[in-house]
Amino acid sequence: MSEFLQHVVNGLSVGTIYALIALGYTMVYGVLRLINFAHGDVYMVGAFAAFYLAHALGVAENPTLGKTVVVFAGSMGICAALGYVIERLAYRPLRERPRLTSLITAIGISFLLEYGFQLPHWNGLPIEFPPGPTPRFFPELFQRVVWFEVGEVAISNYDVISLAVAIGLMLGLQFIVYRTKFGTAMRAVSFDPSIAGLMGIPVDRVISGTFALGSALAAAAALLVAISRPRIDPMMGMMPGLKAFVAAVFGGIGNVPGAMIGGLILGLSEEFVAGYAFSSYRDAIAFAILIIVLLVKPEGLFGRRTAEKV
Amino acid sequence: MRAWKSLLPFVLGLPVLWLIQLWAPPQIAIILVNIGVNVILAVSLNMVNGFTGQFSLGHAGFMAVGAYTAAKITLAFGESASVSPLVWNNGVFFIALLAGMGMAAFMGLLVGIPSLRLRGDYLAIVTLGFNEIIRVLIENMSWLGGATGISGVPPYTSLIWVGLGVLAAIVTARRLLLSTHGRALLAIREDEVAAEAMGVDTTGYKVRAFVLSAAFAGLGGGLLGHYILLVTPKSFTYVKSIEVVVMVVLGGMGSISGAVFAAVLLTSSLELLRGVDQYRMVIYSLLLVVLMLSRPTGLFGHREVWDFAKSWRRKRAEALS
Repeated sequence: MSEFLQHVVNGLSVGTIYALIALGYTMVYGVLRLINFAHGDVYMVGAFAAFYLAHALGVAENPTLGKTVVVFAGSMGICAALGYVIERLAYRPLRERPRLTSLITAIGISFLLEYGFQLPHWNGLPIEFPPGPTPRFFPELFQRVVWFEVGEVAISNYDVISLAVAIGLMLGLQFIVYRTKFGTAMRAVSFDPSIAGLMGIPVDRVISGTFALGSALAAAAALLVAISRPRIDPMMGMMPGLKAFVAAVFGGIGNVPGAMIGGLILGLSEEFVAGYAFSSYRDAIAFAILIIVLLVKPEGLFGRRTAEKV
Repeated sequence: MRAWKSLLPFVLGLPVLWLIQLWAPPQIAIILVNIGVNVILAVSLNMVNGFTGQFSLGHAGFMAVGAYTAAKITLAFGESASVSPLVWNNGVFFIALLAGMGMAAFMGLLVGIPSLRLRGDYLAIVTLGFNEIIRVLIENMSWLGGATGISGVPPYTSLIWVGLGVLAAIVTARRLLLSTHGRALLAIREDEVAAEAMGVDTTGYKVRAFVLSAAFAGLGGGLLGHYILLVTPKSFTYVKSIEVVVMVVLGGMGSISGAVFAAVLLTSSLELLRGVDQYRMVIYSLLLVVLMLSRPTGLFGHREVWDFAKSWRRKRAEALS
C-alpha cells in the first residue's frame, strides 16, 4: 500500500512537470499549428538561467524566500524573452512556407541550444557560459523538511510546494486563456488566424505572446524539477520535452485542459509501469503511449476531430 | 535491355572499386567508408523525406536493426575450415547484409503501416519515438549485448562492398524515381489530397517507399558495423538520424545527386574538423536553421546535377544562335 502511495506521489510530481511543459506545446500548436521542437530546450535554458541567478544572488550560502521568488521570476522572464526571440528569428520568417520547413528549423534550434550549451566557456564573461557538458548542481533554495507522513510515505515541503506552484500556474493560465482579452485573442487566432487578423486582432503580437507565455511555464517547470532533482545539464530538456509533447498529443493537442490531464496521466502511467514491471523501459513507455494514441484516437482525449480542408 | 542498363554501373564499378581498394591507404579508406555509408543513408532517406515529402526522423533505428541482424549472422556463421576464406567470408557477408536489409525492411513495414496514415509532423515524432524504442529495447536485451553492444564483429566490410552498396542505393533511387511508383510518390509530395483524388493509394505508396528506405538504412548499418567491428546502441541514437536529415535537407529534398553531394561534403568536412568535435552538432544545427531561412530548397532543390548541365547547354545554344 505504501509502495502504491509512493508511486502516486512520484507520478503526480512528474506528471505536473510534464503538464507544465505540455502547455507550451499545446498553446503554440493551437495558434501556429507548429510543433515547437525547441520547447524542451527552453526548459533546459530555464534551469540554467535559474542556476546562474541563484549563484549571482548567493542562494547557496543564504537562502531566503525573497531570493527564491526572484530566481523564479527571473528565469521565467529570461525564458519568455528567449521564446519571443526564437519565434521572431526562426519561425516568423517561415510562417507562409510549408509547415515542414518550420519543423526543420525547430529541430535546428533545439540542437543549437543543446549543443551550444555544451561548448566550453567563453572568455571574458562574468559567468561561466556556456556551461559545458558536465552536469551542474542546483543549490538548495530552501531547506527540505518532511511535513507529514502517510503510512511510510514521507511527504516533504518540496512535494507540497511544487504541486501547489504547478497547480497555481495552471489555474493562472486557465484564467489568462478564458478570462482575459489576450486569452480571447489567442483563442481567436487559434480558431482562424486570417479571420482573426481581419477582426483587428494583432496576430503577430498574440503569437509572440503565446510563445513567451509557454516558455515561461517551461522555465517554471524546470525550476520545480531542479529543486528536487538538482542535477542539470544541457541535454536535460530532450526527454522531458519529447514526453511532454506526447502528453500534449494525448490530451488533444491545442487543448489547454487536455495538456494538463495528459501530463498527469502520462506521469502516473510511466511511474506505475516503470515502478511495478519494467523499470529499464521507462523512456520507451511514453512513445508506446504516443503510438497507441495516434492509432486509436489521433485527436487525443479532448481534441476535436478536424477534417482536412483542401 | 533495361535490366541490363541498371546492371551496367555494377559491372563498370567493380574494377574501379577494386583498384581503389588496392590503392587506398588505411586513413583514407576510413574516410571513404564513412562517406560511402553516409551516401547510402542520405540517398535512402531521400526516398521518404525527398521524393514522398514525408518527414522521417528514425533512420538510425533501421540502421540499428540492420547492423545487429548482420552482425549476429556473421558471428553465427563464424569461420570455415574447408572453404577458402575469400569465398566464405564474402558469401556470409552477402547473406548477412541481405538479412539485415530484410529485417530493417520488415521493421519499416511494422512502423510504416500505422504511422504513415498520420500527417507530416506527427510522423516525425512517431519515427523519432520508434528510434528511441528500438534503442531502449536493444539496451535491455542481454542476447544483443545490452548497452555495451556486440564486439568482435568480423572485419568483412571493404571499400568494394561499400561502393557496391552506394551504387545499389543510387540505382534503386533513380529507377524508383523514374517508375510509376516514383511518379505516385512525387504526386503525394506535391499534394497528398489531390493525389488521393486521382486514385493514388497514398498510404500504400508511402509505406512502400518507407520500407525501401528502411532496407537501405539496414544496409548502411550492416556495412558500418562490420567496419568499426562494434555494434552498440549508442551509435544509433536520434542524433545520427538528424545527421542524415541534415544531409538530405542540405542537398535538396528530392535530389539524388544532391543527397550524394551533401553526404560527401559533410562527411569529408567533418574529417577536416577533427579535434573540434564539440562544434560538429552546433555547425549542423546552425546549417539547418540558416538553410531553412535562406534557401529552404537546399543546394539543388528537386533538380539533379545533370539538369544543371542541360539548362547550361540550352542557354549557351541560345546565346550562340
